[in-house]
Amino acid sequence: MNWFRDFLLPRGASTHVGEMDGLFMFITWLTVFFFFFNGALILYAVRRWRRRSNKEVTPHITHDTRLELVWSLIPLAVVMLIFLWGFKGYVKAWVVPNDAMEIIATGKKWVWEFEYPDGTRTLNDLHVPVNRPVKLVLTSEDVIHSFYIPEFRLKRDAIPGRYTELWFTATEPGIAQVYCTEYCGKGHSDMLARIFVDTPEQYETFLREGDEQVQKMPLKDLGRLVWENKGCATCHSLDGTRGQGPSWKGIWNQRHRGADGKEHLVDADYIRQSILMPQAMVVQGYEPIMPTYQGLLREREILGLIEFIKELQ
Amino acid sequence: MSEGVLHAGAGHAVHHADYLEEPKGLWSWLTTVDHKRIGLMYMWSVLFFFLVGGIFALLIRLELLTPKQTIMDAETYNRVFTLHGAIMTFLVIIPAIPAALGNFALPLLLGAKDVAFPRLNLASLYVYWTGAAMAVATLALGGVDTGWTFYTPYSTTTGGGVTLMVLAAFVLGFSSIFTGVNFIATIHKLRAPGMGWFEMPLFCWGMYATALIQILATPVLGITLLLIVMERVLGVGIFDPQLGGDPVLFQHFFWFYSHPAVYIMILPAMAVISEVIPTFSKKTIFGYKAIAFSSVAIALLGFLVWAHHMFVAGMSLFAGAIFSFLTFFIAIPSAIKVFNWIATMWRGSISLEAPMLYAISFLLIFTIGGLTGLFLAALSTDVHLHDTYFVVSHFHYVMAGSNLIALLAGMHYWWPKMYGRLYNKKLAAISCALIFIGFNMTFLPQFVLGSRGMPRRYFNYLPQFQDLHVASTIGSWVLAAGLFLTAAYLLASFRQPKGMAANPWGGRTLEWETTSPPTTHNFEGQPVLQHGPYDYRPEPAPVGVKELAH
Repeated sequence: MNWFRDFLLPRGASTHVGEMDGLFMFITWLTVFFFFFNGALILYAVRRWRRRSNKEVTPHITHDTRLELVWSLIPLAVVMLIFLWGFKGYVKAWVVPNDAMEIIATGKKWVWEFEYPDGTRTLNDLHVPVNRPVKLVLTSEDVIHSFYIPEFRLKRDAIPGRYTELWFTATEPGIAQVYCTEYCGKGHSDMLARIFVDTPEQYETFLREGDEQVQKMPLKDLGRLVWENKGCATCHSLDGTRGQGPSWKGIWNQRHRGADGKEHLVDADYIRQSILMPQAMVVQGYEPIMPTYQGLLREREILGLIEFIKELQ
Repeated sequence: MSEGVLHAGAGHAVHHADYLEEPKGLWSWLTTVDHKRIGLMYMWSVLFFFLVGGIFALLIRLELLTPKQTIMDAETYNRVFTLHGAIMTFLVIIPAIPAALGNFALPLLLGAKDVAFPRLNLASLYVYWTGAAMAVATLALGGVDTGWTFYTPYSTTTGGGVTLMVLAAFVLGFSSIFTGVNFIATIHKLRAPGMGWFEMPLFCWGMYATALIQILATPVLGITLLLIVMERVLGVGIFDPQLGGDPVLFQHFFWFYSHPAVYIMILPAMAVISEVIPTFSKKTIFGYKAIAFSSVAIALLGFLVWAHHMFVAGMSLFAGAIFSFLTFFIAIPSAIKVFNWIATMWRGSISLEAPMLYAISFLLIFTIGGLTGLFLAALSTDVHLHDTYFVVSHFHYVMAGSNLIALLAGMHYWWPKMYGRLYNKKLAAISCALIFIGFNMTFLPQFVLGSRGMPRRYFNYLPQFQDLHVASTIGSWVLAAGLFLTAAYLLASFRQPKGMAANPWGGRTLEWETTSPPTTHNFEGQPVLQHGPYDYRPEPAPVGVKELAH
C-alpha cells in the first residue's frame, strides 16, 4: 500500500520521517476501518430493521455492561498506544544531538533570514549539508511565524522575544520547500523558503563562494532570481499591479515622488539606496515597511537587481 | 383563523390560540418572554448569519480555485476568511443549537411552562443582536484581518476594526452566559413532577453539560479579549513583546475558552442526535447513563486539554506530553456515544424520515471528524499537520459537519412542533444526500492537501496543490445547492395549512404530548411524567410521583 502513503504524504527527506509516517498511516487505516465498520453496521441495521408497520414492537434493551466495557476499553487501549507512539517521535524531534550544527533563522514579514556558524547570511535559501544534524534556532522580529518543512515532517513557531529550536538530519540531497504556517498578514502565503540539502563539497563551496550556479548566471537573470526568492516579489509586482510597494514596471529613469514631496530620479544609486536603506526615501502613498537588505545581498545580487529593473520597460 | 376554530370545535373546554398566533404583531414578538418565540428568533438570526458566513465560505473557495489572485487580492482574502470564521463561530455555531433549538425545546422536554428566567432569556437575544451588529460594523472600519483566533502580537499591531470585533465577541459571550445560567436553573428547578435526573431526555443532559462550559469558560475569553483591547487602545504591554508582553500567554488564555467552546459546539449536536435516533428507531436509547455521563465527562475533560493547540508553539516537552495524554481521553466518551447510538438502532423499527437521515449523516461525518482528531492529539503527527488544511478539514468535520447537520436534524425533527406544518419529505431526502456528498467533496480533499503540506490561511499556493483545491471548490457548490434546496422547501412549508398532529413521529418525550404548535404556556395544566423518555413498551413502566397526577 505504498501508493496510498505516497498519495497522502510528501516525499520524506529527514530522519524524523519514519516515526511520523508509521503512526500517520496507522491512524489513517484506523479511521478508514471505523468509517466503513460504522457505515456497515448502520446500513445493516437500516436494511434489516426498516419499519414496515407502525405497530411494530421493539425489544426494551436499556444497556449491556459487558458490551459497553468492550467498546470503552478497546478504544482506550488503542488511543494509549497512539499516545505513546506519538510521544516517542516527539521526544526524538525534541532532543537535539550535541554535535548538531547551529543555524539561526529569523522570521520577519515576509522573509526568512539565516545565519550560519561562520557568519554567512542568506535570505530564504538555507543550505545544509546532507546526513549531518542541524539545529535551527528560531526567532521573529515582528509577529509569530512558523517554520514548516513538510518533507522533513517538522514545524516550530518562531516567536518574537523568544528562541525556539528545531533539529533535523537531512537524508536526501535536493531541495525541500519551507512554508510559514502561522498567519502573519498580507504576505503570509508568499513567505516561502527553500532548504538546499548539499553534499559536503557543495556545502563547502557554498560557504566560500555562494551558490555555484548563481555565480555563472548573467546579471539580468540573477536579478530576476533575487526578485523571486528574496522576498521582493511579495510586495513589488512586475506588471504594474499595485502591491505593498511600488511596481517595478517601467520605473527606470522615471521620477518617484517621495513622502517628503521631492522628486527622485530612479537610477542605479537610487535603487541601491532603496535596497540597503529603504527608510531613507519612501515613495508617496506607501507604508515605510520594507526591511533593510544590508548584509543580506551580495554586491553582485544588487547589480543584478539594477540590471533586471532596467529591462522592465 | 380557521385552524383556531377547528381546535375549539375539537372539544377543548377553553380554547387557547397557539404561541405563533397570540399575541399578534411585531412588537409582541420583540417584547416576548416566551422561550419558543425567543428560540425561533434566535434560529432565524442564526440562519441569516449562516447565509452570510456561507457566502464568505463560497468566496474563499472560489478564490482558491487557482493559485495567486482569482477574484480578490490578498488583503481582501484575509478579511473574508476572518469574517467567515468569526461569524460562523460566534454568531452561528455557538448559539445554533443551544440558543435556537435549546430555547425552543428544553422547557417542552422538561414539561415546563418556560425557562427559569424568561426576561434574562430575552435579554440574551438582544445582547446577541448587539454583538452581531458590532461584528458586522467592523466592515465599515476596514474589516479585520487577524483570523478568528486573534493571535497576538499580530492582532495588537494590525490596523482595521480589531478592537470593535474583539468587543463584539466580548458582548456575544454574555448572551452565551445568559443562556447557560438560564438552562442550568431551568433543568434544576423546572422538571415536571416525576422527572428525576435520569428520567430527563438526553437532550437536557447535553444542554446541561453545554451550559456548564458556557458559564465557566466564557468569562475567561471575555477577560482575554479585554486585555487585547487594553493593549491596542491603552498600550498596556500584556501580549506584545515590544511592550514587554508574552504572545504565547494569549494562546493559553484564548484556548482555555476556545477549546471548551468546541464542546459548546459538539455537545448540543450530540444532544439532538440522542433524541432523534430513539424516536425513529422506536426503541429505547441504549446506555442512557453512559450517554448522559459521557456528555458531562466531555464537558469537564474539555477544560484540561487546551494546550493541544500549541504543541509547536514552544511549550515544554513535559507540558506537551501531559496535554496530549489528556486529550486522548476525550476519544473514549465520544466513541461510547457513537456505539450507543448504533446499538439503539439495532433491532429497532427504523423509519428513514428526514431527521433520521440527517442523524445517520451525522454519525458518519462525526466518525471521520472524531477519528481524524487522533492525528492531532498525537504529538509527532500533530507536528506535521498543525496549521495545515488537515486541521481545517478536521474542525469543519466536527464543527460544521457535525454541528450544522445536527442543527438540520433538530430543525427537521421539531419543525412540525414549531410551526404545525410539514416540509416536502422527498426534497428533504434529496437535499440531505446533496449536503452529505457536497460536504465530503469539499473537505475530504482538504485532509490530503494538509497531509501533503498545504498550510492554512494561504491566499496563494504552489501549483502542485491545485487539483485538490479545484475538487474542494466544486464540492462547496454541491454543498451550497443542498443547503439552498433545504431553505426552499422549509420556506415552502409555510404555504401548507397548519394541521400537524401533536405527535407526528411517535416520540415518547413530553413535547409530543402538547399541540403542534403548542400554546403560549406549552401544556394544558402541569404535565406529569408517566413513563421514561424513551420507553416504547406497549405498557411502559410507570415512573415518578403518581399521587400528583390530577
